[in-house]
Amino acid sequence: MKPEEKEREMIKKLKVAIIIPCYNEANNIMSLYQEIRSHSYSDNYEIHPVFVNDCSTDSSKDILKNNHIPHLNLCVNLGIGGAVQSGFMFALRNDFDVAVQMDGDGQHPPSELEKLLNPILQDRADVVIGSRYITNEGFQSSYLRRFGINYFNWLNKILVGVTINDSTSGYRALNLKTLKIVSEYYPDEYPEPETIVLFAMHNLKMVEIPVIMRDRQKGKSSIRNYKTIYYMFKVTLGVIFLYIRLKFNGKRHII
Amino acid sequence: MENVISYRLQIIAITIALIFMFFIFRLIVKGKLREEYSFIWIVCTALLLLFSIWRDGLDIIAGLLGIYYAPSLIFLGAILAIVIFLVHLSVVNSKQHKQIKDISQELALLKEKLDKLTRS
Repeated sequence: MKPEEKEREMIKKLKVAIIIPCYNEANNIMSLYQEIRSHSYSDNYEIHPVFVNDCSTDSSKDILKNNHIPHLNLCVNLGIGGAVQSGFMFALRNDFDVAVQMDGDGQHPPSELEKLLNPILQDRADVVIGSRYITNEGFQSSYLRRFGINYFNWLNKILVGVTINDSTSGYRALNLKTLKIVSEYYPDEYPEPETIVLFAMHNLKMVEIPVIMRDRQKGKSSIRNYKTIYYMFKVTLGVIFLYIRLKFNGKRHII
Repeated sequence: MENVISYRLQIIAITIALIFMFFIFRLIVKGKLREEYSFIWIVCTALLLLFSIWRDGLDIIAGLLGIYYAPSLIFLGAILAIVIFLVHLSVVNSKQHKQIKDISQELALLKEKLDKLTRS
């Protein structure tokens, strides 16, 4: 093998951080960690799971510590956005090439990881979104939730002209360029639909990949009943103000 | 008789304004109130004091603004000041929210680094 070819081989090895935010997921942590570790991946990827304990009130902290699972401990509950962002900052500072966001409740199967990583490896995308609505396989969600998702798709299309079928999906892979952006600004609550606008406004290439998601293993979704209305309202405001801020204030973020 | 009552009221108003000002100053001196937040309160007390001393002031200004019932000017002014101050507090709150977030993230990252160092 020529030296240049060898070098190219070296470059093609991606260091991947799997960021798993968890709040009171003590029952899921161990099984998810083992599942990620036991799965075999192609030689192109070096997979490092990192849990972010968002100030859980259950035994999450002890489980992570006693089992020597790599993790970050937040001493203030920041919500999903802040927790995920800490993970992105960790990935950026520890020279990772890619960060994958994965839910702590086992909805996102590690077996689908490579599907998310391949477009980044092949330089076809800056952001890869695992979507459950391209093909109708696996776990599908309720009518109301789908209505909400359609609404966000429509909002995204109007504002930034991108069509993402599952803008609420939290199963995503981000490359280094994107990591630099999200470590500067990331929405606090329900960040997913808002970040589509963020990515689009920074001219990042988004690719959506069909993945099969499981039903939640334990615990309930954070979004239900009366919270749905708050969720829709909050995300609509977030999306619109983010758009205005980026459009007219350049790339400056204050709060 | 009418004059006596209104003088009595004026003295009470001035006394209250002075006590309030003293209270604000004490908070600043003790370090319980930061100067930047005390500014608005000092201005408020100064206004209070001004109108307690200058008795016809309210009527004159209300007349200039075309307000028929002078005391309603007080309510208008007070409500405006309260709303502005509340917005100001929300801004401060948001800023602190961001600062707390930044600090706890930085702390989590540092703790992780420290753990890694002490283990190796």
